[in-house]
Amino acid sequence: MTRLRTAIRYAALTAGLAIVAGPFLWTLLGSFKTDAEIRREPPTFLPLRWIADNYTSLLERMDVVTATFNSAVVAGVVVASNLLFCSLVAYALTKLDFGAGRLVFGLVLLQMMVPAIVLLIPQFVTVASLGLADTYAGIVLPGLVTPLGVFLMRQFMGEIPDEIVHAARVDGAGEFRIFFRVVLPLCKPVLATLGLITFMASWNNFIWPAVVAQHEDMYTLPVALANLSTRETAHYGVLLAGVIVVITPVLLLFVLLQRYFVQGVATAGLK
Amino acid sequence: MAAVASERASARRGARSGARRPDAPPRRTGRAWLFCAPFLLVFALMYALPLVAGLLMGFTDMRSTDVRNPFAVNFVGLANFERLFQDDTMRRAATNTLFFVVATTPLTVAAGLGAAMLLNSGIGRLRTFFRLGYYLPYVTSIIGIAVAWRLLLDPQAGLLNQLLGMIGVDGPAWLLDDRTALPALVVMTAWRNFGFDMVVFLAALQGVPRELHEAAHVDGAGAWARFRAVTLPMLRPAILFCGVYSAAGFMQFMEEPLVMTRGGPLDSTLSASLAIFNQFGAGDYGYGAAAATILFTVIVAFSFAQFRWLRPNR
Repeated sequence: MTRLRTAIRYAALTAGLAIVAGPFLWTLLGSFKTDAEIRREPPTFLPLRWIADNYTSLLERMDVVTATFNSAVVAGVVVASNLLFCSLVAYALTKLDFGAGRLVFGLVLLQMMVPAIVLLIPQFVTVASLGLADTYAGIVLPGLVTPLGVFLMRQFMGEIPDEIVHAARVDGAGEFRIFFRVVLPLCKPVLATLGLITFMASWNNFIWPAVVAQHEDMYTLPVALANLSTRETAHYGVLLAGVIVVITPVLLLFVLLQRYFVQGVATAGLK
Repeated sequence: MAAVASERASARRGARSGARRPDAPPRRTGRAWLFCAPFLLVFALMYALPLVAGLLMGFTDMRSTDVRNPFAVNFVGLANFERLFQDDTMRRAATNTLFFVVATTPLTVAAGLGAAMLLNSGIGRLRTFFRLGYYLPYVTSIIGIAVAWRLLLDPQAGLLNQLLGMIGVDGPAWLLDDRTALPALVVMTAWRNFGFDMVVFLAALQGVPRELHEAAHVDGAGAWARFRAVTLPMLRPAILFCGVYSAAGFMQFMEEPLVMTRGGPLDSTLSASLAIFNQFGAGDYGYGAAAATILFTVIVAFSFAQFRWLRPNR
């Protein structure tokens, strides 16, 4: 009876995994098939003949190198800025006995609640009047200090004993020095989590970069892919190759570093 | 849930610092403001100012051509809002969004709960493997997923209809049919998001005491009865959290129809956010901002309701 139950449970889990992983596998295998084979009935599972043509013609139809570079620049700036600035806010909120701390934290929560679409037009008008439309600065500006980052860092720093900070103050260290030399090194695990979450969010971000980037040389990967998908509606192989190029970096990173992610979800208190 | 818990934590902290001892170290207010300065700067420039500007913009006739000189626009009072309530396209977008939220939320939560229940009992080392697999769509670029699913749902070449054809079923045109397009997006969105709910439920299931299950077992309760009488009530906060959190996100859905259907066929997948985005694309900023204000109001109302629902001990 128990054994039967376990077997049913495994069967259900495997069926679920097939439904979840199926589209990924279909995309990956399809990116190595000819358009004719992708459309063939009945469908083939493995490609009849593995071809790389879709990837080479992707390079011709979409500026993969520029888009990857843009995505990397944007993600790099956003990650570095969040690691530093969210930690600074968290330090002020947890270690500096800050009278206006509750007000600042209230603003963090408010920023978390406002829907993106409400801000989209006025944010764009702001960025455009600063002359930052179609620039990296315009793309990264709204994401430099994210509420989730402040939240995560504040939760973690709150657990660091105040005595450590007091001891450093007695030794005559200034606040910047304590922050960089004492507190930040203790935050390494949560910094890894925040870095990972911020990187994935930035890499996958679509609407805002699509609005700010007005020329192809500023497109990030998702924007370039969305653009390709409106132009190449019939070239399935190329589109599937494009999907693989866009999603693979984040998936690899997630699989390799998932323990940091799990820690992050736990730290954020989503228990 | 997280917000509520930390709210209370900070309230405690506030109470403690309120009773300051005379020998307490001086407040480092200057440093604190300095440390918060980058956040406050970005907040003021990119959130506070745009929020206020957006609310005001809804009462003007601003168009994309006014961007260079935003203060030269005319106030038009409630004209945008009056137009909004007579706009069939906007009404259609609102109904679509409502349908989407009402259909997708329970489906996502139920799938997440089911996966968590299956993973929680008697699965050893493979647990991490399945959990990772189920979570992958959630961290994948929505554009990547939308492009792949658009092809997957193609009436002729798509995998889904090919598989249906193999068992002799003539599948519908999915995204090209105004009756099936929105339900297809519902299923895709649940597919993408249930992994998040699953992780939340797995964590919540750790908090269900074994003794409760054992006691129910001794009393002769079957698996289903134990699920209904023990597990479900214990998971109530987690279910509410997932439901509310998902619903708030689904109210803003737009990338899926933008990439997969452009809101069609016949506006059947036009969401509220996408309709606003289209006004933006057409350069009608004032009208778009008015519609955004309405959406914002609905979401704020929902958020206030959520605090009531999520309040513990209810």
